[in-house]
Amino acid sequence: MPRPMTQTEKILAAHAGKASVSPGDIISINLDLVMANELSAAVAITEFRKIKGATKVWDPAKIALVPSHFTPNKDIATATLSKMMRDFATEQHIENYFEIGRGGIEHVVLPENGMVGPGETIIGGDSHTTTYGGIGAFATGVGSTDIAAAFALGEMWLRVPATTKIVYEGSLQPYVSAKDLILRTIAELGVDGAIYGALEYTGPVVRDLPISGRFTMANMAIEAGAKNGIFPVDAVTEAYCAAVGKKNYTVYHSDRDAAYERTVVIDCTSVEPQVALPWLPENTRNASELSDIDIQQAVIGTCTNGRIEDMRQAAEILKGQKVHPSVRAIVIPGSQKVYSQCLKEGLAEIFIDAGCVLSTPTCGPCVGGHMGVLADGERCISTTNRNFRGRMGHVKSEVYLTGPYVAAASAILGHIGGPQQLEAAKVVA
Amino acid sequence: MILSGTAHKYGKNVDTDVIIPGRYCNLIDPVELGRHALEDLDANFVKKAKPGDLIVADTNFGCGSSREVAAVALKGAGVAGVVAKSFARIFYRNCINTGLPIFECPQGVDGINDGDKITVDADNGTIRNETTGKEFRATQFPPFMQELIARGGLLRYVEERLKEKASAGERA
Ligand code: SF4
Repeated sequence: MPRPMTQTEKILAAHAGKASVSPGDIISINLDLVMANELSAAVAITEFRKIKGATKVWDPAKIALVPSHFTPNKDIATATLSKMMRDFATEQHIENYFEIGRGGIEHVVLPENGMVGPGETIIGGDSHTTTYGGIGAFATGVGSTDIAAAFALGEMWLRVPATTKIVYEGSLQPYVSAKDLILRTIAELGVDGAIYGALEYTGPVVRDLPISGRFTMANMAIEAGAKNGIFPVDAVTEAYCAAVGKKNYTVYHSDRDAAYERTVVIDCTSVEPQVALPWLPENTRNASELSDIDIQQAVIGTCTNGRIEDMRQAAEILKGQKVHPSVRAIVIPGSQKVYSQCLKEGLAEIFIDAGCVLSTPTCGPCVGGHMGVLADGERCISTTNRNFRGRMGHVKSEVYLTGPYVAAASAILGHIGGPQQLEAAKVVA
Repeated sequence: MILSGTAHKYGKNVDTDVIIPGRYCNLIDPVELGRHALEDLDANFVKKAKPGDLIVADTNFGCGSSREVAAVALKGAGVAGVVAKSFARIFYRNCINTGLPIFECPQGVDGINDGDKITVDADNGTIRNETTGKEFRATQFPPFMQELIARGGLLRYVEERLKEKASAGERA
């Protein structure tokens, strides 16, 4: 009998050709998918060309390339990076190249095209590759040289992470979403609380979470320093795989007696809508306590909250309302599919009528790239995942992280607040 | 290899957005990137740092994005190495892969002040504070990583693996 293992350990052992692995082991794993965006790919391609003996990638079908960060290209420099990736895709016969207008943000695009599945090993040249843990994959972000090596070999070395189990108990209050849970979790753990480790999200509340919410939470595992974040595979996962045409995957469950480094219990019943204040995602407070913070911009979208469920949450609040005169609200569906769905469901009209900018899919302002960069002293409430200094523009601008409900309500209020504060304001008016 | 220079000391959670802000991530050239290294944390860093100087920082250095240009920008600015209490994992890998020497040494960080002269023996992990005369030892890299570094970085390792695979394929 192999030793009892966690879900993460089982996936890693299977891909290392071993009966079992233990935290701390350094192993080499076979990869099921290697992803890069135009920023990481440009450097990775340059490094790949330096590898003697590597003219072709190891398996074009297992590589995905997604322009997303500065798309549509904002300047000549980014156009050049995108072109490098496009040319590489053609040269190497990489069919999973998602041109703009047919793609979007990598972490939204890959799952909806059935390219990630339970039990798989996925690395990406982007730290939020952890997102695919939402479907029960081992997924982690790496730098460009690791991507170049993976292009050539289809393998990666890593240190097996110890797993921290998070148990979500109780039930969710109205307008509390997956984003609020992960912000609470990061506050609990700290931004280096899971450094080098794995997070496993469990408990009754998780069982009821839609896959979109699981992606949101796995996305931000890196914000606690984790190597990966993973959800158990259940009926919700299987239904999603069937819907997107993902077949041939292996399901791994943590053994009952598996060893965890630590177990953290979160009582969800007491969690209110959350906001993380600058300059770290761990600086979390209740949205209801922050009404004295005026905002000039609201961003709704990105790889954290750019799925159709997120758009629906924002539209529920913005329907028939107007964005506050001193606020610019920018809504960015995470992919062309989400964008199209927003049109079909009438959400696009709700956003436009409310006075929002509705952008084509892009990372845009999230990384201070374009489509909503902030000036000196400006504040933005955002459904993104990082609020580091200068993240969205000027070094003295500020980013407040939250979920779609609070971002939409704050856009209408002109200051930070959740749907409950918005209702109260309407009564007074 | 001996690294010797002035220590520039910073706090916890120095993230990759302040090491090299997103607005410069359309650059690839190390020297151009180096001109903006740490700009959003310490606008004077590039002016005061001399080639060969070292960064000394608290826990979780390099947290955030996977941008390899963060390690490249520090090298481009002439930084010879980073001593920290701990490193964020992607940054840690990126340093090993791109050849920016890093040292995990909690006591050393506490025993070095901003502006101290320090000398690091990269081969045995000894860190000496020349200003105070105190000496510290960095955590050793696991053997696999030592070998990776000794072989000349990840890409050289990949070349050897490709040869192994090719000859295994010939035999099969
Ligand atoms: S949306 Fe933001 S966090 Fe997500 S991949 Fe794009 S830049 Fe990174």
